[in-house]
Amino acid sequence: MIDYLLTEEQLMIRDLCRQITDEKIRPIAAELDKTEKFPWDVMKVMAQSDLFGVYIEEKYGGMGGGILELCIATEEFSKGCAGIALCYSASALGTYPIILYGTEEQKKKYLPPLARGEKLAAFGLTEPAAGSDASALQTTAEKKGDHYILNGVKHFITNGGDAETYTVIAMTDKSKGARGASLFVVEKGTPGFSFGKKEDKLGIRASSTRELIFDNCKIPKENLLGKEGLGFIAAMRTFDTSRPGIGAQALGIAQGALDHALKYAKQRKQFGQSISSFQGIQWMLADMATQVEAARALVYASAREVDAGKKDVATHSAMAKMYASDVAMKVTTDAVQIFGGYGYMKEYPAEKYMRDAKITQIYEGTNQIQRNIIAMGLIKETAR
Amino acid sequence: MNIIVCIKQVPDTTEVRIDPVTKNLVRDGVKSIVNPFDMYAIEEGVRLREKHGGKVTVITMGPPQAEAVLREAISLGCDDAVLISDRAFAGSDTLATCYTLSKAIEKIKDYDLVICGKQAIDGDTAQVGPGVASTLDIPQITYVRKIEEIKDNNITAERATEEGYEVVQTKMPCLITVVKEINTPRLPSLKGKMKAKSAVITVWKAADINADESRLGLKGSPTEVWKIFTPPPRPKGRIFEGDPQESVNQLVELLKDLNH
Ligand SMILES: Cc1cc2nc3c(=O)[nH]c(=O)nc-3n(C[C@H](O)[C@H](O)[C@H](O)COP(=O)(O)OP(=O)(O)OC[C@H]3O[C@@H](n4cnc5c(N)ncnc54)[C@H](O)[C@@H]3O)c2cc1C
Ligand SMILES: Cc1cc2nc3c(=O)[nH]c(=O)nc-3n(C[C@H](O)[C@H](O)[C@H](O)COP(=O)(O)OP(=O)(O)OC[C@H]3O[C@@H](n4cnc5c(N)ncnc54)[C@H](O)[C@@H]3O)c2cc1C
Repeated sequence: MIDYLLTEEQLMIRDLCRQITDEKIRPIAAELDKTEKFPWDVMKVMAQSDLFGVYIEEKYGGMGGGILELCIATEEFSKGCAGIALCYSASALGTYPIILYGTEEQKKKYLPPLARGEKLAAFGLTEPAAGSDASALQTTAEKKGDHYILNGVKHFITNGGDAETYTVIAMTDKSKGARGASLFVVEKGTPGFSFGKKEDKLGIRASSTRELIFDNCKIPKENLLGKEGLGFIAAMRTFDTSRPGIGAQALGIAQGALDHALKYAKQRKQFGQSISSFQGIQWMLADMATQVEAARALVYASAREVDAGKKDVATHSAMAKMYASDVAMKVTTDAVQIFGGYGYMKEYPAEKYMRDAKITQIYEGTNQIQRNIIAMGLIKETAR
Repeated sequence: MNIIVCIKQVPDTTEVRIDPVTKNLVRDGVKSIVNPFDMYAIEEGVRLREKHGGKVTVITMGPPQAEAVLREAISLGCDDAVLISDRAFAGSDTLATCYTLSKAIEKIKDYDLVICGKQAIDGDTAQVGPGVASTLDIPQITYVRKIEEIKDNNITAERATEEGYEVVQTKMPCLITVVKEINTPRLPSLKGKMKAKSAVITVWKAADINADESRLGLKGSPTEVWKIFTPPPRPKGRIFEGDPQESVNQLVELLKDLNH
């Protein structure tokens, strides 16, 4: 691995997350992939080890780092199980809108229990009719006195049902289109707020995905984050900040699969020698390792740019997410290939990485949408 | 409630190799770790503090590099650490070790409970806990698998025995040694790791603990090691199969031959 000149604190995070991955995540990954049980025990360990707060300011109970710290943790966890890692990182996605748009009062109220990992968060944007086209939202938030009344359905929401704190985008003024969307905090247990059934997924099966159902759900007006009409911009800025995190998840999946493939290639014998002595396998491994390292360089660099407070980070975080997830898909597919027929069997670890990798090309904006963002960035830049 | 946890730095036996020629342990390059049983002692100390307040002081007697295990203990939640280290302690047997630890504990003075591991995975004697308690002249409960209650200066604990367990109550201050059934040690926290990194570790030399020099190190160690050997593996038993009547006859004959 290239030396990214991480700080002592960042190296500490990495070591600690690696220890948690080896001792607490790897031993249960295959089991949770089968049972789809939510990994509460691991969440408790992460919480006790202060890891839910790595990207949150110290005055709100965090450790004062940024998205790079979150990436380092997510990468390590994802090497062991991307599903468990997602339970952790999706909470950050749900928390970021509060960090970015919350008032001092809102931050003081919501962030400390999230930083301590006593509560998980979730982010609710996607709806059945509004996926890539987030401007087609149907969920409404109608202002009535000092309350908003929410109605509608969000779907495919990670940590849905298991999280306590939800940041949700709803239309406060449908006539204004994308400019009529607003961002709210909704807490689990609010009357009129319920959950749909848990989705049965191809991969990341330790992570839960559910519908959020709002049926005349009444929330105080203090739960509005930022101003009315900011919702769509807020969602986009949240993604610009958080996308390196998906890149880190993809990176961890790819590295995890590569590690297994390399070990297996050295052990497996055919034609009287280990398959790692065949140039055909060596070149595959060389490509995989190079792609993983390139993805890491891009993910870390874009995370550092976000943490430095640069203004236009959309293009680079889209690149990090898109490239790392494409690498994850390719590297995990090659890992299955190196395992041969064993790679196709659930008894061996390779196929799970491949199933887990696929989602990273889809959520937080599909890779087609990432390419749109990158292209728009290029065109805008050259128009100046 | 003030708690003192005694820990020992030991070689990671999962990594220890035997030199094929000299038949000695190859200690070079072998990682040192906190004696695994002491991880349970640390965890129990931290849990008791979380429940009853007070502080946890962790101590070890060892060479300067034993400081590493004290830092690890801090990352796991201990508040203070003392390294008891002096050339004068070299060559200590369990008696001298117990004496030295006791003098250090006396110097800390204000304590309600001393926690030790059941035994060290290298020395393996399981003598230090009981030895420290008797040197300090305080009650002891060994092989504790559960602390039932701490109330009005009394501690009630379950001690594991081969057949089951005993419930024992005694007055504090006292010393307990713990077995691994007592808890599941936590992993370090990030805040703990940072605190451990910057923590100042107090070092006490022989002069600091007001010790009688004749009871320290080699001078204070009457034990003489005559021989170190691996006991031969127990020979395999013989199983008589087939007709029971016939087998019994064979067995009786054999026992007669063995002069039983
Ligand atoms: C497991 C899982 C967890 C998720 N978690 C969350 C969550 O926590 N919060 C949340 O809000 N959402 C979440 N999502 C939703 C996810 O972000 C969306 O599924 C994703 O954005 C794609 O939307 P869609 O499924 O409606 O696909 P569609 O938008 O219908 O896309 C279908 C296909 O068309 C392509 N396409 C669409 N538009 C264009 C275009 N303009 N140009 C080129 N191609 C295009 C897409 O790339 C895709 O290949 C999750 C989804 C999954 C599967
Ligand atoms: C003649 C002789 C000379 C020796 N010379 C040396 C020497 O030079 N250097 C050396 O390292 N060893 C030496 N030893 C070994 C040393 O005496 C024992 O390792 C030590 O007394 C602890 O005994 P044990 O390992 O059996 O621990 P146990 O009694 O099995 O340990 C039980 C518990 O006591 C506590 N404990 C044990 N040791 C310590 C410690 N040092 N600090 C804090 N708490 C502790 C821990 O909580 C531990 O779980 C010598 C032994 C003999 C017989």
